[in-house]
Amino acid sequence: MRYYTYFPGCSSSEGGAKAYGWSAKAVSKALDIELIELDDWNCCGSTPYSSVEELASFCLSARNLALAEKRGLDLVTPCSSCYVILNRTNSHLKEYPQLKARVDEALAAGGLEYHGTVRVRHLLDVFVNDIGYDEINSNVKINLGGLKVAPYYGCQMVRPRPGFDHPENPQSMDKLIASLGGEPVPFPLKSRCCGGSLIISEEALALELIRKVFDSALSNGAECLITPCPLCQTNLDAYQRRVNQKFKTNFNLPVLFFTQLMGVAFGLSDEDLGLKTCIIPAERVLAKYL
Amino acid sequence: MEKRTRADTFVEEISAIPGGEGIRLCIQCGTCTASCPNADSMEHTPSQLIAMARAGMKNEVLSSNAMWHCLSCYLCTVRCPRGIKQTDLMHALECIAVREGLSHGRTLTPAMYRSFNDFVYSLGSLPEFGFMTWFYMLTNPLRAFKMIPVALSLLRHGRLSIKARRLTPEGTNQLKTILDKAESLGGAS
Repeated sequence: MRYYTYFPGCSSSEGGAKAYGWSAKAVSKALDIELIELDDWNCCGSTPYSSVEELASFCLSARNLALAEKRGLDLVTPCSSCYVILNRTNSHLKEYPQLKARVDEALAAGGLEYHGTVRVRHLLDVFVNDIGYDEINSNVKINLGGLKVAPYYGCQMVRPRPGFDHPENPQSMDKLIASLGGEPVPFPLKSRCCGGSLIISEEALALELIRKVFDSALSNGAECLITPCPLCQTNLDAYQRRVNQKFKTNFNLPVLFFTQLMGVAFGLSDEDLGLKTCIIPAERVLAKYL
Repeated sequence: MEKRTRADTFVEEISAIPGGEGIRLCIQCGTCTASCPNADSMEHTPSQLIAMARAGMKNEVLSSNAMWHCLSCYLCTVRCPRGIKQTDLMHALECIAVREGLSHGRTLTPAMYRSFNDFVYSLGSLPEFGFMTWFYMLTNPLRAFKMIPVALSLLRHGRLSIKARRLTPEGTNQLKTILDKAESLGGAS
C-alpha cells in the first residue's frame, strides 16, 4: 500500500468534476494507493487569484502546503490548475526571499509555518511513475482493444516547469492508453489550450480554441478524448454543443477523465466512475467494454 | 545625478513583482507572440507589450486588453530563449492595472477574476454555479439567459452543486486572518 496526502481541488470534490474525484479514488484503490484527503484544505486560488492578487494568491497555496507539511507525505492532486498553482508557490518561495518573508508573516498570523518541503505531484505522475505501466496493465480486466483515444494533456500539467513529462510533446497518457489496450491516436494539439477560464469572460476566443482541439483529434480518427484536468473536461464536454452551433460543425466526441477510462479497463462499476456525468454520452463508444 | 525616466520607474515597478524582473532581459525575438494562442485578439502582442512598457507607455499598456486575454497556458514561458517568465509578467501587469484602478472596458476578464476571488475569500472554496451566476448577473444578464442550455445540461448530469463546500469555522477564520494579513502587507513586491 502506498500513501499520499490528497488535494482534490474544488471541482473534483463538490464541483462539476465530482466524477473525477470518484474515479480517482476507485482507480487508486485498485492500484493499492491510499489517498488521504488533506483536512480543511482551501481553494488554491487558480488563475484568477494569481492574476490580480499576487501576495494573497501565494498565501492561499501556502496555507495548504503548511497543512500538508505536517503529514510529511507527497501532496497529490488530480487537478492541473491546483498542480501548477501549488508548484508555482513552492518554486517562487524558494526563488524570491522577499516574497517568502511576507508569506511567512501572513501565515504566522494564522499560526502556521511552511518550510518548503512538500513535493506536489499530479495523480497521473503517481500512476505512471510510482506504480508504472506494467502494474497498470496487470490490473486490466477488459482490454480496450481497438478503442482510438486522443490524449488531451492541456497546458498546466506539463508547463511551465520541466516536470514528469515533456512540455510540448508529452507521452505519459499515450503510453497509459496503450497499457490499457487502447490505441493512442496522433494528436498534434494534445498540449494546446482549451481556453481555460476565459470560456466565461471571452467565450468567442475560447470556443475557437476548443474547435481546433476537436478538429485535430477527429481528423486523426479519435473516438473519444481523455484529459487530466477538470476545466479542460468541462470546456470540451459542456461547451461542445455551443462549438457546433457557432461553427456549424457536428462534433460528438465523449471527453473522459483518464481515471474513468482506466476504471472501465479495470472493470469497475459505473457507480465508481460516474460515466453518466458526461454530457456527450460516453456509452456509445464504450458499449463493448462496459 | 543619474536621470530617471518615466520608463525606468515603470520597469522598476514591474520588476519588483516576482516574475516581472524578466522584462529587462527581452531581446524582442517575438517567440512569445508567435506561440500565444490569443495574440491575434490582443490590442498589443506580448512582445509589443514589453517594448511599450520599456518605453514608458504605462497608460497604454495598463489600459489594454492584452494581458486579460492571457490564458496562462505557459507556452511563451517554456519557449522564451531568455528564460523570461512571460505568463508571470502578464500577471504582474494585471496586478498593477488593478492596483491603479485602470478600466478595461473591452474585456470582462477582470470582473470575472474579481467575482471568483470574492467567493474564494469569503468561503475558502469555489462554488462554481454561484460564481458563474453572480458573474453573469453582474456583467451581462442577457448572457446568463443564453447560458441556460449549458447550465441545464450540467444540471441534468448531476454536475451543478448549489451548495458550497465549507471549511471548518476554525479553518475559515484562519484563512481570513492570513489573507487579511497579506492585504495589510501590500503586494508581493
